[in-house]
Amino acid sequence: MLTIRNYVKAKSLEEAYELNQMKTNRILGGMMWLRMMHLNVGTAIDLCDLGLNTIEETDDEIILGAMVTLRQLELSACLNTYTHGAVADAVRDIVGVQFRNTATLGGSIFGRYGFSDVLTVFLALDTEVELFKAGRVPLAEFAAMKKDRDLLVRLIVKKKPLQAAYLSMRGSRTDFPILTCGVSRIDGVYRASIGARPGPAVVVEDETGLLAGEITEESAAAFGEYVAETIRTGTNLRGSAAYRKHLTKVLTARGVLEAAAQ
Amino acid sequence: MEIKIKLNGRQVAASVEPDMLLIDFLRKQGCVSVKCGCETTNCGLCTVLMDEVPVLSCAVLAARADGHSIFTLEGLREEASEFVGFIADQGADQCGFCNPGFVMNTIALLRENPDPTDDEIRAYLAGNLCRCSGYDGQLRGIRTFLESRRGKA
Ligand SMILES: Cc1cc2nc3c(=O)[nH]c(=O)nc-3n(C[C@H](O)[C@H](O)[C@H](O)COP(=O)(O)OP(=O)(O)OC[C@H]3O[C@@H](n4cnc5c(N)ncnc54)[C@H](O)[C@@H]3O)c2cc1C
Ligand code: FES
Ligand code: FES
Repeated sequence: MLTIRNYVKAKSLEEAYELNQMKTNRILGGMMWLRMMHLNVGTAIDLCDLGLNTIEETDDEIILGAMVTLRQLELSACLNTYTHGAVADAVRDIVGVQFRNTATLGGSIFGRYGFSDVLTVFLALDTEVELFKAGRVPLAEFAAMKKDRDLLVRLIVKKKPLQAAYLSMRGSRTDFPILTCGVSRIDGVYRASIGARPGPAVVVEDETGLLAGEITEESAAAFGEYVAETIRTGTNLRGSAAYRKHLTKVLTARGVLEAAAQ
Repeated sequence: MEIKIKLNGRQVAASVEPDMLLIDFLRKQGCVSVKCGCETTNCGLCTVLMDEVPVLSCAVLAARADGHSIFTLEGLREEASEFVGFIADQGADQCGFCNPGFVMNTIALLRENPDPTDDEIRAYLAGNLCRCSGYDGQLRGIRTFLESRRGKA
């Protein structure tokens, strides 16, 4: 059970950051994950009044506040036009509309959950995280960092020319994923991000140029094979390491074909 | 701490603990249609409208709802009465426990998308779990409601 002794709506990022330096204090995103933890929180620091719930588009970036909800991601025209709907595809099966109306981007990324569809899809894009203290950090670097007490303020997606697709495998529609897979082509180079391995998503680029020529079923399958060989998968109650390798091959190849057709 | 919530159109002021959940606050205010059906934030039974948007009241702090408008089924009986009969006519409700969450989220669906397709209905209501039925009765009920409304228009 989650207990909270004090509740503060932070009035500034500085205030939120300072409060968060105390080990017993916690930032509240949507609280969907936090509420299931057995945790005694001293001060719950709510970011809801800091205007971090907006999606802004400039000529070369899409800037997403930490408190943007998963439902906002799903419905965002600029984000989904740019990503060919990959972001909507990534979040649409997360529990339900009501859940996505309060679960946040910030909590999803900060948590670096192994199963995260959200982390997987943004890793497939050219994304940076803006932290209050550490500043801008590439998302892939952030995903590998140990959790500290910094504040995730925004996510920044670079609008480079993009083809993209998102696929996942689930036992039933709104269950946790067994494997997540984002595929993209940025600046002419294909990459795949694979999550729910069951560890957090990792990115594999087409370093050997398997997809440099024409995209065919064969070359897409070859890249799928390469990604599956490169990543590490594991076994848990949702699936075995071998099954996940197989899914990696199949989903990556399908993602390449989908992206190539755009 | 003191909070003020516009509950079903009426201003309510109350003193709450910092970790009081909105669902417990609402039930204490007499809105017992709002029920808790899980401990994992994914059954949808506790659905209420917060500033018109359907949310899970088991995962929202009463403190965060301070200054916002909340609607529960108690305040939306009339809107619900337009379609609940169609769902009942399909025999969709068995034990009926899931019904209030279902009705609340259907209200949200129809406000956002007055003429949804079957797939849109399924996608919107996917977060409302029912242990007894196979969801087909609810889908048929909403479909017949939409058809009858179209017929009248
Ligand atoms: C039942 C259930 C099913 C789920 N299924 C899926 C699924 O299928 N796919 C999927 O991708 N996800 C799934 N999730 C995860 C969900 O999508 C969110 O990622 C998760 O709930 C965290 O988001 P939140 O806003 O609730 O964060 P919270 O629970 O509020 O916070 C999570 C953690 O991040 C910290 N935090 C939050 N915001 C910030 C910030 N701005 N800066 C620093 N720290 C911060 C908090 O202190 C906390 O430690 C599921 C969650 C639940 C509960
Ligand atoms: S009680 Fe199950 S989602 Fe709220
Ligand atoms: S009718 Fe029993 S849970 Fe839905």
